[in-house]
Amino acid sequence: MKPAKFDYYRPTTVESALSLLDESGFDGKIIAGGQSLVPIMNMRLSTPDCLIDINHLNDLDFIELDNEKIKIGTLTRQSRVEASAKIKEKCGLLSEAVPFIGHVQTRNRGTFGGSLVHADPSAEIPLSLMASGGSVLIASKDESREVKVEDFFVTYLTTDLLPTELLTEVHIPVWEGRIGHSFQEISRRHGDFALVASACQLCLDDQDKISRVRLALGGVEAVPLLVEEVNQIMAGEKISEMLLDKVAEIVKSAVDPESDLHASSEYRRHLATVLTKRTLQTAYNRARRSM
Amino acid sequence: MGVHQVKLTINGKTVVEGVESRTLLSDFIRDGCGLTGTHVGCEHGVCGSCTVIVDGAAVRSCLMFAVQADGLEIETVEGLSQNGELGPLQKNFKECHGLQCGFCTPGILMSATDYLSKHPEPTTRELKEMLSGHLCRCTGYDGILKAIQKTVEENKETIS
Ligand code: FES
Ligand code: FES
Repeated sequence: MKPAKFDYYRPTTVESALSLLDESGFDGKIIAGGQSLVPIMNMRLSTPDCLIDINHLNDLDFIELDNEKIKIGTLTRQSRVEASAKIKEKCGLLSEAVPFIGHVQTRNRGTFGGSLVHADPSAEIPLSLMASGGSVLIASKDESREVKVEDFFVTYLTTDLLPTELLTEVHIPVWEGRIGHSFQEISRRHGDFALVASACQLCLDDQDKISRVRLALGGVEAVPLLVEEVNQIMAGEKISEMLLDKVAEIVKSAVDPESDLHASSEYRRHLATVLTKRTLQTAYNRARRSM
Repeated sequence: MGVHQVKLTINGKTVVEGVESRTLLSDFIRDGCGLTGTHVGCEHGVCGSCTVIVDGAAVRSCLMFAVQADGLEIETVEGLSQNGELGPLQKNFKECHGLQCGFCTPGILMSATDYLSKHPEPTTRELKEMLSGHLCRCTGYDGILKAIQKTVEENKETIS
């Protein structure tokens, strides 16, 4: 299990990284933490001709609070996000989700942006971003653009990113008011990929009615799924068993997961309804307790 | 595809070598530097036996290329002993039956060393969470946990 040969470049500025990316086109690949890329290279499922190592682009390693937005640089290690007090306070959902990623030892190296561009449909960072809303900043040699998270994921392991582009940072809006969040997942073993994961963030008015909610499910479709219909019918409601049952019915017919070695389609669909109820109830209870 | 010159520190010693870009850090440590304490189990980041400390963080050396370690500081299990004597954590692994075949041990020792330096008083739950990144097919983890907890207690005593 050794990777195929490749050329290696280690730029020290974002500009030079983008030029290298531009020159190498389809043959080049960015390496950051390498926690997903190196395993697939070791198994020769991927054999890029050229690797561009962005681990020395320190400008892309940051967590900032700016105008009610959390900004996270693509190179920020997952363990740093996990330990960040700022993120815990302003985006608790993310703090809750990150410890589910792999293990301490892989989070020490794995990066925030790396998880997004890898775009595994059951991965935690894409899913929590879907639930909190937000956007990613993408740069190429000649231009830069911002893409809403809803438009970023295209299909399995595929995003809107072109081969000559680099994801540079992520913007997450800070929700104000009586906020509750919850992230839950079921996996066979601790640290394994989730069979199904669910993330939700909601906001209550002063009568405990839901004023805004975003529920997203992972592992049930080719991309993290924002369940729009649920988000619409819950607006203006209080959580009750009846409402949760109704939501579970919607989720049941909205998802069509694939069967694989680890779980059947039926079992995944069942998990999706159970986790939906759990995350909504937990987020609701948490929001109610916050004044 | 040429050979890259790297200069890095392993257990305090400076190493200057030429490496092919595709050489994994784990292979470089074992074959290039002759430090065979670092074990290689799965080569895709699952088993944890190859864990070393890179610039103060425990990481999988099978998921890094040696060329990426240029300029960095690496610590391997060989760095844990002092003057040929086992270090305190190692001693406790021996005493508490923290190892049997020993294949997983170097990785766990490095993870635990890094973890304890950042979390001097971890809970059992936190330690189990940290250990979940390592597969041990022999011990059932109980002795490993005991050995680490004994070290935590000893560290507390030396501080107070
Ligand atoms: S050999 Fe690196 S994690 Fe198994
Ligand atoms: S002691 Fe044999 S694998 Fe852990």
